[in-house]
Amino acid sequence: MATPLALRVAAHQAQVYRRFWRSSVFAYVLSPVLFLAAIGVGLGDMIDQQNATVDGFSYIVFVAPGLMAAAAMQGAAADSLWPIMAGTKWIRVFHAMVATPIRPRDVYDGTVASTTVRAGAGATVFLVVAALFGAVPSFWGVLAIPAAALCAAAFAAPLTAFAATQETDLRFPVIMRLAILPLFLVSGTFFPISQLPDWLQPLAWLSPLWHGVVLCRDATTGTLGPGSVVVHTAVLVACVAAGRAWGVRSFTRRLGQ
Amino acid sequence: MTPPPLIVAHGLEKRFGDFVAVDGIDVRVEAGEAFGFLGPNGAGKTSTMRMIGCVSPRSGGDLSVLGLDPAVDGSKIRGRLGVVPQEDTLDLELTVRENVLIYGRYFDLPRAEIRTRADELLEFVQLTDRGGDRVDALSGGMKRRLTIARALVNRPDLLLLDEPTTGLDPQARHLVWDRLYRLKRQGATLVLTTHYMDEAEQLCDRLVIMDDGRIVAEGSPRELIERHATREVVELRFRSDAAQTAAIPTLRAVGSRIEELADRVLLYTDRGEADVERLTADGVHPETLLVRRASLEDVFLTLTGRTLEE
Repeated sequence: MATPLALRVAAHQAQVYRRFWRSSVFAYVLSPVLFLAAIGVGLGDMIDQQNATVDGFSYIVFVAPGLMAAAAMQGAAADSLWPIMAGTKWIRVFHAMVATPIRPRDVYDGTVASTTVRAGAGATVFLVVAALFGAVPSFWGVLAIPAAALCAAAFAAPLTAFAATQETDLRFPVIMRLAILPLFLVSGTFFPISQLPDWLQPLAWLSPLWHGVVLCRDATTGTLGPGSVVVHTAVLVACVAAGRAWGVRSFTRRLGQ
Repeated sequence: MTPPPLIVAHGLEKRFGDFVAVDGIDVRVEAGEAFGFLGPNGAGKTSTMRMIGCVSPRSGGDLSVLGLDPAVDGSKIRGRLGVVPQEDTLDLELTVRENVLIYGRYFDLPRAEIRTRADELLEFVQLTDRGGDRVDALSGGMKRRLTIARALVNRPDLLLLDEPTTGLDPQARHLVWDRLYRLKRQGATLVLTTHYMDEAEQLCDRLVIMDDGRIVAEGSPRELIERHATREVVELRFRSDAAQTAAIPTLRAVGSRIEELADRVLLYTDRGEADVERLTADGVHPETLLVRRASLEDVFLTLTGRTLEE
C-alpha cells in the first residue's frame, strides 16, 4: 500500500530533526522544567508554608500541567513560524516536495503533524520529570500527553498556515511577544483565571492555551469530567480544523501558482 | 506504431492577475526528444515549465502531459517526472546522499531500492566521494549535478530542466552538459529552458523560441538558422559612434541585412570573407572585425530585434 503523501513529508521532517532535536529539547523540556523548579518548588514552598492551596491542590501540582501545556504551545509556535519560512522562502525544500507526487496540502499536513508529534514527545519527557517532582498525583496524568499535543496542534495549525503567507519573518517575533507570551501568562498557567479581572475572564476562555491547560490539569490531578473534556477538546479541535482550512489555501497559494 | 507524444499543449495560457505570462502556445514533445524553450528572461519559459511540471495550474488552453491532464492527475504525472528547478531546492541541512534518499521517499520507493539508485546516481553525476558532505559545502556546479541526480531517482519518463546551467562557470556548465548528453544518448526525453543559445544548440534536437509569452519560431537549431539567418555574420566594432554611423551606408550596400547594436554592428551575409574584402576596399576600417557562423542568437535578433541576454 502506498505511504500517505503527508507521511512522506513527515519522514523528511524526522530526517532533518536528527540534527535539530537539541533546540526542541530546550523548548519542550528544559524550559518548563526550569520554570517548575523555580516557580513550582521555590514559590510553591512559600505558598505551602501558608497552608494555602490553589483550587485545592498544592502549588506545584497546580502549576506543573499549566507549564506542560504552555511549553507545548510555545514550542509548537516557534516550530510553525521560522521553519515554514525556511521551507517556502529560505531553503525552499517545500518547493522540491511539490515537484513530486506530494501536493501543497500534504506539505501542510505533514509539517503540522510533525510539530504535534514533537510537542507530544516533549510533553512526555516533561511529564516524567514533573512526576519525579511529585507534581503528578494521578495515573490519569498520562492523558495529559495527548492533551498537550492537541494544544500544540491548535497553535501549529493556524500559525503554520499564517507563516506560508509571509514574505519575511519580520512579524514572527511580534507574534511570539504579543500573542504567545501574554497567553502564557494569563491562560490559567500560573494562577486560576478566576483571579483575572472580571472583564478579562471571557478573553481567557478564547485562549486555546487555557483549554489545553484545563485538560492537562484535569488529567494530572485525576479530576477529568466527561462534559469538560468534550468541551475543551472540541474548542481545540475547532482551532485545528480552522487552521487547516486556512493552511490548505495558503500552502496551495504559496507552492502551487 | 509511433509512441504517443509526452507533452501536447494547445493555446496554453498562464495569467497572474492582469499579467499574461504565457499567451496561448502550442507545443508537442515526442518521446526520446531533447526539446528546448529558448528565450530571454521573462519570456514565459519558467511559467510554461511549471505548468508542464504540474505545480502551477493553467489559466487557459489544453495541456496533456504523459497522456494525462495535469488539472486532474497532477500527483500521478509528477510521480513520473524528474524536475530540475531554476533555483536550487536542495536541503542544506542534509548530506549529499541524504538528499537523494529523502527525495526517493517522496516517490514512495522502497528504501533498499533508493539506496542502490542513490549510489548509482551519485556515481553518474561524479559526486560519489562527496556523498557524506553537507550540501552547504558544494560548489554551484556540484549542487546542480546533485539536483539532476535527485531528479532521476524515480527513473522519470520525462526530465524537465529549468535553466540548467544559469549561474555556473564555463567548466561547471560543460560538466552538466556532458551528463545531459549521456542521458540523451540513453534515450531520455529532456525538456529544458535556457537563455543561452549555445546551450540550446548543443543540447536540443528541436526547440521553440519564446518572446513575451508567445512562440515566435520552431524547429531544429539548424533549421531555424537556415530559415531566419544567413550563413555567416560579420561582427564589426568601431572606435566611436561617429565612425559607426559613417560606415553604415557602406555596410548596407554590401550586406543583405545589417543589425545595429549598442556596441557593434552585425552584417548578415552568405560570403563573409568576400564582404570583408569589399568593405576594406570601400574604406571601412573597424576597430575589430570577426566573421562567424550564424547562431540562434542571430535568429532571435532577427525575429525580435533584441538580444537574448539583456
